[in-house]
Amino acid sequence: MSINWFKYSSPASFYPLAGSMIPWFTAAAVLFGLVGLYVSFFVAPLADWQQGQSYKIMFIHVPAAWMSMFIYVVMAFWAIVGMIFKTRLSFMMGSALAPTGAIFAFLGLWTGALWGKPTWGTYWVWDARLTSQLILFFLYIGYIALASAIEDPRRADRATGLLAIVGVVNVPIIYFSVKWWSTLHQGSSINFNPAGADQRALSMTDSMFVAMLLMTFCFWCYTIAVALYRVRCEMVEREKNNDWVQDLVKSGDA
Amino acid sequence: MGALRSILVRDLTIAMRRKADVLTVLFFFIIVVSLFPLGIGPEADTLRTIAPGVMWVAALLASMLSLGRLFYNDYMDGTLEQMLIAPQPLGLLVMGKIIAHWLLSGVPLVLITPLLGLQYDLSADALLVLVAALLLGTPILSFLGAIGAALTLGLRGGGALVSLLVLPLYIPVLVFGAGAVDATVSGLGAEAHLALLGAGLLLSLVLAPWATAAALRIAFE
Repeated sequence: MSINWFKYSSPASFYPLAGSMIPWFTAAAVLFGLVGLYVSFFVAPLADWQQGQSYKIMFIHVPAAWMSMFIYVVMAFWAIVGMIFKTRLSFMMGSALAPTGAIFAFLGLWTGALWGKPTWGTYWVWDARLTSQLILFFLYIGYIALASAIEDPRRADRATGLLAIVGVVNVPIIYFSVKWWSTLHQGSSINFNPAGADQRALSMTDSMFVAMLLMTFCFWCYTIAVALYRVRCEMVEREKNNDWVQDLVKSGDA
Repeated sequence: MGALRSILVRDLTIAMRRKADVLTVLFFFIIVVSLFPLGIGPEADTLRTIAPGVMWVAALLASMLSLGRLFYNDYMDGTLEQMLIAPQPLGLLVMGKIIAHWLLSGVPLVLITPLLGLQYDLSADALLVLVAALLLGTPILSFLGAIGAALTLGLRGGGALVSLLVLPLYIPVLVFGAGAVDATVSGLGAEAHLALLGAGLLLSLVLAPWATAAALRIAFE
């Protein structure tokens, strides 16, 4: 039996598939989000013994930071797939994911600042994690800026794809350089020990862990739904002169 | 190798006919470095602490500023198109252009740095390490910058755009370059930082011309 691996790499056949997937992922995101927020507010312990109630920011902050890192890798993955197989859709997926990744990176920084003020006593520390998250945000902004500066969609696809690949090669180098940099410049005013975060993770109660997991699933489903929605718009816009889009418009489904 | 050398000689000859370009970047570097004491104050202790960071940030900006003309003139007069269809591998030709860019924008900065370091009251040891770090680090800036210059070739707002793309990638060079001098001043020894810069240089020497060549092909599709 031979499987046609590229069946859904054509916009004409992926468009209806994406359309039928969006409601499912939206529903899953809402469901996971509601249950996750319920568990994090009403089931998980009211206040952490060290941090008080502000620890609940973690239920948004940690999944957002995870997603922002993961989405960049996924973008680079689609760029590589697109470069190898010359599939237009792969590049469209990459550019559809970028705004969501940038939003999550920003959300991670923002909630981190709000959490840092009551916990560390300051909105911002030049800590390795914070700094590398900030740089990741810059990488997203660069990607989006390059995409919007190029008129020709084919060139935009490949140029942003190359940038994503160059970025993903550099991300570990940037991360380690920033890590070493921040250990050399030990901040004196804030006594933040990265090992403390791991200890907290180990001592996290089950209900906190479940809430975090649910919120992570919520963010996953949200990302997929939004990316599919964006890629659908992109497909119709780019292929507006093709037959399948004309047919869609005529049948009133677009 | 012959192709690489002739590209190198050609770019250097063109630059020597238009010395103003090279001198502009050099004076930009000198002026930026001289502005910091005016903004921060002339205390020698403060200046000694900030000197490595200031020199490196100024070097990043100066290198970035000169990226615009790395490919632009050749792009406008069609030379770059000829390079793309030439029998020699494009990566090799690109490497020649990048080395020329470093000789024209990086080396002058390295040569003037000891003088500027004296303004910041740096010790002889620190100055030596700063020069060594710049010597290893500025070629990395040219290599990484070439990718950004090729990606933004012929785009509107290219200058500001290239800074968005390239500056985040420059961060490791800044960290290790300035860190080398800090480590010397605090008595830790700069070998580790210099070794990492050297590793970065070798890595970018291998990968960046290839990525730049791919970006140029995309720009001409």
